Amino acid sequence: MAFLNKMVTWARVKSPWIIHFNSGACNACDIEIIAALTPRYDIERFGILLKATPRHADVLVCSGPVTRQIRSRLIRIYEQMAEPKFVVAVGTCACSGGVFKGCYNVMGGVDSVIPVSAFIPGCPACPEAIMDGVVKLITSLEKAEEKSA
Amino acid sequence: MGKVMIPIGPQHPALKEPASFNITLDGEKILDMIVKVGYNHRGIEKACEQRTYIQDIYLLERVCGICSHTHSTCFLQAVEEIAALELPKRAHYLRTIVAELERVHSHLLWLGVAGHEVGFDTLLMYSWRDREIVMDILSMLTGNRVNYAMNTVGGVRRDISPDQIKTILPLVDILEERTKYYIQVASEEVTLIERLSKVGTLSHDDALKLGAAGPTARASGRDIDVRRDDPYAAYADLSFKVITDNHNDVLGRTLVRVGELMESYKMIRQLLKNIPEGPIAVKAPRKIQAGEALSRYEAPRGEDVHYVKANGTDRPERVKVRAPTLANVQAVAAMLKNGYLADIPIVVAAIDPCFSCTDRMMVSMKDANSRKENFIDWKTLRQYSIDWYKQNRGVDMSKIKISKRW
Repeated sequence: MAFLNKMVTWARVKSPWIIHFNSGACNACDIEIIAALTPRYDIERFGILLKATPRHADVLVCSGPVTRQIRSRLIRIYEQMAEPKFVVAVGTCACSGGVFKGCYNVMGGVDSVIPVSAFIPGCPACPEAIMDGVVKLITSLEKAEEKSA
Repeated sequence: MGKVMIPIGPQHPALKEPASFNITLDGEKILDMIVKVGYNHRGIEKACEQRTYIQDIYLLERVCGICSHTHSTCFLQAVEEIAALELPKRAHYLRTIVAELERVHSHLLWLGVAGHEVGFDTLLMYSWRDREIVMDILSMLTGNRVNYAMNTVGGVRRDISPDQIKTILPLVDILEERTKYYIQVASEEVTLIERLSKVGTLSHDDALKLGAAGPTARASGRDIDVRRDDPYAAYADLSFKVITDNHNDVLGRTLVRVGELMESYKMIRQLLKNIPEGPIAVKAPRKIQAGEALSRYEAPRGEDVHYVKANGTDRPERVKVRAPTLANVQAVAAMLKNGYLADIPIVVAAIDPCFSCTDRMMVSMKDANSRKENFIDWKTLRQYSIDWYKQNRGVDMSKIKISKRW
C-alpha cells in the first residue's frame, strides 16, 4: 500500500491534471491560461494537462472574482474533485476581488468560498507567471512528500 | 422518439453575457431554441457610478479581457464628447493602432477556436502561435499583453517611438504572410468547406430582423461597419474595404474574419506611416460637465455601444454598456433552427463568444418520457460532432494536408 501511495504521489507531482474554471472573470486570465497551453509556452511539457471534468483533475485553476451566481457552482465543482485537491487562484480578481471589489454581485476572491493553495496575482497574470505559480505548487508538493517520507 | 428538451448552460461563465440555451430536439434535428442571458453579472454599470471617471476606465476595460481597448475607448469617446474635449490627432492614431492590433489578436484567437470546435486542432495551434506576435507588439506598445490601460481621458498614456514603428512593420508582414495561408485553407480546403458551409445559416433578412452585428451580420450580406458608417478616432483618414460575404453560414463568417485580418494589416501600415507629430493627450478636467452622450465603436465582434450621463461631478450618473455579443446571441437561435445537434459547438463558437468557457458548458439531455437525465459536457458534445460528421458526411479533419513551410 505504501508503495502504491508513493506511485500515485509520484504520478501526481510529475503530471498534475488541471481543470480551468471561470468564476466570473473578464476572459483576460482565461486567454492567458490557454496561451500557456499553446506552442509559445507549452505548459504540457511539464506534464500538465487540461481536463474537461473536475473528477479527473488534481488542480482547480480559478480565474475571476466569485459572483453570486457562480458561488454554488464553484463549490459543487470543488466537491466533485477527488482528494487530494489543490486550488490555484489566477489573477488579481481571483486573489482578492480586484477591481470588482465592492460590486454588489461579487463575493470577493476565490478564497472567500473555497480553500486556495496558490495565488498568482497579475491583471491578467501572464503565462510566465502562471507557469511559475504551477511549478511552485508542484515543488511544494514534492517537499511535503519528502517530509512525510 | 418524442421531442427532447436540452438545456445548455448557464455554466457558460466566461462569456460577457453568459448564456443558457434551451434546445428542443426531434431526433437529431433542432426544432426550437430559447436563449437566456444574464448569469455572469458582476454589477459593473452600478460600480461605475460609485467610481471616478479615471477609475471607470480601468473598470470598464475589464468588461471583457479580449476587447478591453474597445470598452475603454467607447466609454471615453462618450465622456470626451460631453466634456467637449478636442483630442490631438496623434492620440486618435495611437488609439486606432491599438484597436486594430486588438482586432487582429481577437480574430486569430477566434480562428483557432473555430478550428478546435470542428476537430482541426492544428489550426488552433498555428493561429495561437501567430497570435503571440500580436501579443508581443501590444505588450511593447502598451506594457501589458491584455488589458492595455492605453487610454486616459483626453488621449492616451504612452507614445510610440520611431524605433518601435520600425520593429512593428516587419512583424505585420509576417502576420500577413501567415494570414494568406489561412485564407487559402478557408477558401480551398475541401474538408473544411464541407464542414462549414450550410451550417448555421442566417439569412440576410433574419440578420436584419434580429439585429446581428459585426462579422456575423457581414457574413449574411449586411454591409454595416461603424468604422466606415460613423467614423471615430482616425478611421476617417484610412482607406479600407468592409468585408462582406453572401454565404450566410459559418464558412462565410470565417471568410469575413480572415478577410478583415488583411484589411487590419493594411490599416496598421497606413497608421504607422502617416502618424502625425504632436502631443498624445490634452489636459482633461476632473469633473465633467452635465450632459449625456452615446458612443459607437466597431469591436472585433460587432458594434459596441456605450451611453454615459454626467451630472457635473467627478463621477458619472449613469453608464450603460451594450456589448456586441448581446446583439448576436439571439441570432444563434435562428442559426440553429432546423440544424443538427452536432452543429451546436461550431455555430455557437461562430458568433465569437469566449472560448474558454466552452469546455465547461454542460448539456443535460432529458428524455421527456422517462424523465431520466443524461449529462454531456461540452467536450463530449464536441467529440460527438466530430465523429458524427466523420460517419455521416465523410468529413475527416485528420486528412487535411498541412503546409510544411512552418
